Amino acid sequence: MSRPRLKVREEMYRRIHAHGVETYPHECCGALLGRDGEGSREVIDLVPLANRRDDSPRNRFEVTPDDVRLAEKTASEKKLELIGWYHSHPDAPARPSEYDRDHAWPWYSYLIVSVEKGEPRDTTSWRLHDDRAAYDAEELEVAAREMGIQ
Amino acid sequence: MAVKVMIPTPLRAYAGKQESVEVQAATVGEALSALTTKHSDLRKHLFSDDGRLRSFVNVYVNDEDIRYLQKDQTAVKAGDTISIVPSIAGGVNRARI
Repeated sequence: MSRPRLKVREEMYRRIHAHGVETYPHECCGALLGRDGEGSREVIDLVPLANRRDDSPRNRFEVTPDDVRLAEKTASEKKLELIGWYHSHPDAPARPSEYDRDHAWPWYSYLIVSVEKGEPRDTTSWRLHDDRAAYDAEELEVAAREMGIQ
Repeated sequence: MAVKVMIPTPLRAYAGKQESVEVQAATVGEALSALTTKHSDLRKHLFSDDGRLRSFVNVYVNDEDIRYLQKDQTAVKAGDTISIVPSIAGGVNRARI
């Protein structure tokens, strides 16, 4: 089976990086809005959100159910779907942690940007397996304009 | 009593791709049990190995969070809607920051 693909418009990619830089050394988070197709999906818009983990924002993020509902409503108003979430790993690799996996939902795309000393570095995206045991890395494709999905 | 359980997008693949499932139940606990009996693949995403609702799974009865009601003992009546709403969490593994 080929890897699932996540297409991201360049403007959104830059906005995610800028959000990670803005909140550094804390984790940023937000919703990915777009369209889902067979094995391929596209990020068309974002809903940047506040990290609700006031107690440990450098290594944790949390999106409350109210914020999830807000993101769903925003997606619906824009005739898009809520297809996933992004967050930053300040001074840590852009790979999902055990904590990420324990708390992940299936189906959603989880985009992670590593922010090293305040600069955005690697960016990766992941989907949880059905059995919750591991992730599939998504093939990330960044392009200047809307690409469409197959 | 027939109640409707709304399934969030990430779990619809495990519930026959349905947005909602109707079950017979008198409490929220019974409704979730009936739901996971009907669609057993949902169980591991809703409950941890010890049978507790996962911390990032939120359950509402007609927009009221069951944590502020009687949790899984919250009574439901015909026509009520139970919603499963995700919260999202994650972060870096670090013992000390």
